[in-house]
Amino acid sequence: MYGSLSIIEVDNWGRKVHEEDPQKLAEFEARIERGEKIEPQDWMPFEYRRQLIRMIEQHAHSEIIGALPEGTWITRAPGFKRKLALMAKVQDEVGHAQLLYSAAETLGKPREQMINDLINGKSKYSNVFNYPAVTWADTAVIAWLIDAGAIINQVANAKGSYGPYGRALDRICAEESFHLRYGYDTCVHLATGTPKQRQMLQEALNRWWTPIMHFHGPPDKTSVHTETLMKWQVKMASNDAMRQQFLDMYVPKIWELGLTIPDPNLRKNTETGLWEYTEPDWDEFMRVINGDGPCNAERLAVRRYAEEKGRWVRQALIRPTERYVTPLA
Amino acid sequence: MNTEALKDLLFRLADDDLVIGHRNSEWTGIGPVLEEDIAFASMAQDCVGHAQSYYTLIHELGEADPDRLAFHRSEKDFRSCHLVEQPIGDYAFSLIRHFLYDLAKQVRLEALTQSSYAPLAQLADRIRREHKYARMHATTWVRQLAAGSDEARLRLQSALNEAYPMALGLFESTDFTETLAAEGVQPAESVLQSRWQQLLEQTLAGTGLSLPGDFDAAAYMGGRKGYHSEHLGPMLAEMTEVYALDPEAVW
Repeated sequence: MYGSLSIIEVDNWGRKVHEEDPQKLAEFEARIERGEKIEPQDWMPFEYRRQLIRMIEQHAHSEIIGALPEGTWITRAPGFKRKLALMAKVQDEVGHAQLLYSAAETLGKPREQMINDLINGKSKYSNVFNYPAVTWADTAVIAWLIDAGAIINQVANAKGSYGPYGRALDRICAEESFHLRYGYDTCVHLATGTPKQRQMLQEALNRWWTPIMHFHGPPDKTSVHTETLMKWQVKMASNDAMRQQFLDMYVPKIWELGLTIPDPNLRKNTETGLWEYTEPDWDEFMRVINGDGPCNAERLAVRRYAEEKGRWVRQALIRPTERYVTPLA
Repeated sequence: MNTEALKDLLFRLADDDLVIGHRNSEWTGIGPVLEEDIAFASMAQDCVGHAQSYYTLIHELGEADPDRLAFHRSEKDFRSCHLVEQPIGDYAFSLIRHFLYDLAKQVRLEALTQSSYAPLAQLADRIRREHKYARMHATTWVRQLAAGSDEARLRLQSALNEAYPMALGLFESTDFTETLAAEGVQPAESVLQSRWQQLLEQTLAGTGLSLPGDFDAAAYMGGRKGYHSEHLGPMLAEMTEVYALDPEAVW
């Protein structure tokens, strides 16, 4: 599960685009223009490599951190069907992290280093996972609507120019579509169940609407540095376009379940064909992404605990003389 | 065939698999390497699935449906052993528990494929095919880690010292042990235990790990009669938290 964090510039080291060999850069851009995929051994501008590592790494972190809010409900899932399905779903998310870390490693950054950057707070992950899953219905809303948002983002990015990332995303999207169906099925059972179940679901939707609207990132007019990334086919769709697509596909389905979306201004403008809505609180988005959300500290503490408790296992597996990842070009 | 004896056995099989499956699923998201999160989640799904199948056989003998048996039964009616009830502890404990449990499960499944109760024999044969991978996982990791570093071997040895006495509770006899053996449903627990002991010793040979010689397993008995460790109650409370909001609702 992953949204868009294109506003975040973590740092700015290495060669700038204008410092690259102009002929190699032109050939590289021509390849992308022709729709060719860039593979790990190919020449690429430093900035392309840096941006891809950042993006794939953030995506991978989002998968393992995303396993935490839902994972706490594996042990509470009601009945065999839900218990088995949720175990399989969260397992998939961890599997996605594994695939994505491998894709990022092809660009030269080892997994251990990426995880260190995560627990030190240097690299980010999707904002939604800094909110708590308070009831069973929250896990249903996450599995349906957050995964739906992620699919929109990932289907777009799967067509991007970097081969290993695109191939990982193809596999991930196939699995995510099962998650979405599982989430929808769970929501339908709550929506058509007892009054208590309906109320749980409505309250969960109320809690999750702001994070859902945040999910694809800030409005395009405030996003920075996306032009080159779009040209290089690293970023494939604008934040606003993805948000519109999400609203178009899912608002009718939410209404169909008889739920109320907590935004009185939400409507489709029949002339422009675009959805109008109240802008979610983007200051909150920035606060949460910079570490001050309801669960940031808890999520990283769990991750740090897992890393520290598991260190002896990793050390017993790794041979110190072996090199597992090619260093950065 | 003695139905009470059959149900006694099936509840032991089902409850052990449910409880250890539940425990192993707690590793999802916090394992020492991602590959182990995934492996433990996989084995957890297998075990919980096996439990569901055993509860289905119990249901066919006239008891409630599997969801109700798993999510709406009191602690004293559970027949799980103390080993599976323990919290996950550190990875060494969970790995060693999985190793001890899954070798015992292999021995039992092999015997059950010959059971005079045909539905159980068929089910055991199906589970055995799946279970092969859990056993391979356990032996591969124990061997690899024991050879990986001194620290890892010491951690595994101390987990073995702790978990082995608990594991003997897997073979605690019940009032029905003799009836089950006489009717050819399953060999006596003592017979299975000595096969397991032999398999353990074979598997550990050359790893530098050894079974503890001096211990008292009495404290870990009683699970088969409904006397559980202090960990089962809280685990069941958590597991049934949502289901108990409304047991008649469809979730």
